[in-house]
Amino acid sequence: MTNRMILRFLSLADNVGLARVAVAQMAGQIGFSLSDVEEIKVAVSEAVSNAIIHGYQGREDGWVEVACSVAGDELVVTVEDWGVGIADIAKAREPAYSTDPERMGLGFVFMESLMHAVVVESAPGRGTRVEMRRRARVGALSRDVQ
Amino acid sequence: MTIVHLLHGPRLVVALKGDLDLKSAGELRQALDQLIDRFPDRDLIIDLTEVEFVDSSGLGVILGRYKRLSARGRSLQLTGVRPPVRTVLDLAGIAKLVTISDHLPKSPVR
Repeated sequence: MTNRMILRFLSLADNVGLARVAVAQMAGQIGFSLSDVEEIKVAVSEAVSNAIIHGYQGREDGWVEVACSVAGDELVVTVEDWGVGIADIAKAREPAYSTDPERMGLGFVFMESLMHAVVVESAPGRGTRVEMRRRARVGALSRDVQ
Repeated sequence: MTIVHLLHGPRLVVALKGDLDLKSAGELRQALDQLIDRFPDRDLIIDLTEVEFVDSSGLGVILGRYKRLSARGRSLQLTGVRPPVRTVLDLAGIAKLVTISDHLPKSPVR
């Protein structure tokens, strides 16, 4: 089973749900369990929320692109924005790091905990691209040992 | 998101319905803060029975209300937590701060 999807939408909070549901549909095509799909939805929601909140900092006219592919037993999701970018990626990925006191700084923690691999590329003033991978049908192996 | 509140003995119970994410976070934050101010002597229980999705935007609202309540000597409890939501709560370590119960407390005393 191979399939691909590209979804491009404005940086509106209303579109976070759209993105995670679309990716969940793709994940369902290659045999992820329902609980796996729920976890993937959280990871996608975090990446898209980061693009809207941090990438565009409240601007509602920026583009966010979610590309998703399933091939064999692997799901690959990339979330890209063309916003302000991240000056210090390592710091942004630290638990509890947030520029907003109302937020928990757990976005990247959730992505890293719920997906098997997370790669972040960013340049100040140019935007951010987050690639997340997760494999289905891994038997009894937990995420932590794959 | 649908937000319904009721008084349950000495507690204020707020039942939520819908996804708790970036879209709903602002509305929920405002509604909970208004209720916390309106009922200043009551502990808060958030009923998540009808909530199937929570991410860190939603958790931020819950944690923020916990801080507000704690500063006033009041408590926050979560109930009706579904398994996918519990996974997210556990990843965030929320259970160390907030009591999570399966059901509403029985026999209100007030």
